[in-house]
Amino acid sequence: MINKSKSSNLDFLNGDEAVAYGAKLCRPHVIPVYPITPQTIVVERISEFVANKLMDCEYIHVESEHSAMCAAMGASLVGARAFTATSSQGLAYMHEMLHYVSGSRFPIVMMNANRTLAAPWNIFGDQRDSLAQRDTGWIQVYVENGQEALDMIIQAYAIAEDDRVYTPVMVNIDGFVNTHTYELVDIPQQNDVDEFLPPFKSKNAIDFNHPRSFCMTASTEWNMEFRYQQQQAMDNAKKVIEEVDKKFGDKFGRYYGGLVEEYRCADAEVILVGMGSIIGTSRIVVDKMRDMGLKVGLVKLRFYRPFPVEYFKGLSNRVKAMGIIDRDISFGYEGAVASDIKSALASSGFCSKVINFIAGIAGRDITKEYIEEMYNKLFGLTQGHDEKELQFIGLRW
Amino acid sequence: MVKVKNLTDKEYLYGHKACPGCGLGTIGRLALKILGERTIVALPASCMSTVTTQYPQMNYSVPSLTMAFAGTGAVLTGMSAGLKAQGVTDVHVLGLAGDGGTADIGLQALSGAVERGDDFIYICYDNEAYMNTGVQRSSLTPIGANTTNSPSGTASYGEKKPKKNLFEIMIAHRIPYAATASSAYPYDFMNKMEKTKSLRGPKFIHIMCPCPTGWGFASDLTVEIGKLAVETGMWYLAEYENGKVKMNVIPKTLKPVEEYLIKQRRFRHLNEDTIKLIREHRDSEWRIIRERWVLSNC
Repeated sequence: MINKSKSSNLDFLNGDEAVAYGAKLCRPHVIPVYPITPQTIVVERISEFVANKLMDCEYIHVESEHSAMCAAMGASLVGARAFTATSSQGLAYMHEMLHYVSGSRFPIVMMNANRTLAAPWNIFGDQRDSLAQRDTGWIQVYVENGQEALDMIIQAYAIAEDDRVYTPVMVNIDGFVNTHTYELVDIPQQNDVDEFLPPFKSKNAIDFNHPRSFCMTASTEWNMEFRYQQQQAMDNAKKVIEEVDKKFGDKFGRYYGGLVEEYRCADAEVILVGMGSIIGTSRIVVDKMRDMGLKVGLVKLRFYRPFPVEYFKGLSNRVKAMGIIDRDISFGYEGAVASDIKSALASSGFCSKVINFIAGIAGRDITKEYIEEMYNKLFGLTQGHDEKELQFIGLRW
Repeated sequence: MVKVKNLTDKEYLYGHKACPGCGLGTIGRLALKILGERTIVALPASCMSTVTTQYPQMNYSVPSLTMAFAGTGAVLTGMSAGLKAQGVTDVHVLGLAGDGGTADIGLQALSGAVERGDDFIYICYDNEAYMNTGVQRSSLTPIGANTTNSPSGTASYGEKKPKKNLFEIMIAHRIPYAATASSAYPYDFMNKMEKTKSLRGPKFIHIMCPCPTGWGFASDLTVEIGKLAVETGMWYLAEYENGKVKMNVIPKTLKPVEEYLIKQRRFRHLNEDTIKLIREHRDSEWRIIRERWVLSNC
């Protein structure tokens, strides 16, 4: 479903193309990018935009993802707006640079096409790649469809470049399920985006009149203070994310709810929490089960960092049981998202009413039937049935 | 040609914490005096970044960025592209990286940046090992050198392989300008730096930077050691432009390698057999140099 903006321009795009249009509308100065499935269409479309003068930017064919992020950092250092995109192994390969960029507070925006990590080698989607980057100091948002992907690229710059934040943003979009699925997408008008996102005047860039050293060595006696400021920026980002969502909605007619979006949760007895494309399928299941009179709800976790801990703390006394869908697993424990939510719930004593569902690994479908099965297990839990805390859904055996 | 009287009195690098006698301070100072204040310096993890950018005591009076070890070439690309995209054309971007940061972990990024033809100056200061981490060997450590992870011993004469030829790797890229230099030949170096100012595209200077701490010589011998390296043929001064290599210094007869080796602790374990290995390697390198670059230019 598309909420048209005031002057809409609907096109039939896949998720990668939506990201490319989103990037184009933000007028980045520099795009260093390296191709990797399933992000490649972003690379291709942007190169076509540049080749046809539809986009005025320095498009750099870097020789690796590590270099992509290095070049983005160099560009940001000289005050340019930088964009890049990657996926999976590429994200892992640039891992070191993610720390450099966030630690030196360069407001770079990157799209990540969620794909599993080798081995076993596989190009299809899960969220193990980006969740493994949890502690790199990047803001992480997960989108549900192409429209949200496009819109979040634009919002990502507004968040990253906010004076209170100056922290890079990773926009995560599920590989293939979203990157290669065509949907009607509303492409905002350039002048509207220009009004929403003015030209970038970085406060964290070189100035020959006031030479500074960036990303320097900070010794033991200073390093912790830099880290504290990063944490403050993340805390500030929670507010900024809500503000930007409202400002964007007012301008373009699409509101996403900020850190989380609730779907039919008001009187829900059991809820599922998930991120990304799974939300679209889950909405349909919720509607169906609601029609059957079952009080089910859905929480779309949009921002993984900063994590909406206050929201989840407040959720425990509203529902009877909660399922958390993780398209990842931290081997030896549980899903990464589940760990964070359970940590938020810890003081409530609610954790015994939580099931962590591991699903959709390496592109395996999470069907409507699976989601219904998850809800039924949660109802079972409320009726005193024994349920394992950690369950693999759709497993061969 | 650079004249000393025309050099600026301004210092763009001062107060650094390099070891006494290190060639690095000289290289940084002179390079920046030539390039001037509209220069941005990129430094990967290295001696240079460690001794110049310790917050809050910054040693550059031009903007600088400390960078990931492997990424110097790519960050120069990004700076250059960012400036170009904003219409800034009068700024030099300068990378200052060590031998490990260039020839080992940084080679991919450097190759990419040179292949793309991005506009930057890259100085590899070569102290022939990972000095900043305590003298471990790199691919630019010379054959026979004792380092902390290629030690000499009953079954080892130290580093087993000769130096990788970085200059020729750059030539293979058909780079607009590449040169070798030495901190012991400041005029030669400054003239080469001067050339990089007016050329567009990637410029690369591989400069030998004798290291009193890692090589084991007294801190007042840095220039002497640097000169001996050239006079014994263990290092050479050359430049590549317009598709041709020019040798800047061609010793009529090369001094015996022993004169260079004997002054350094890292070579002190060598015996007649291993010195012979080094001599043979030097001679074979110079046969190639004379055939390719000296005789063909006559």
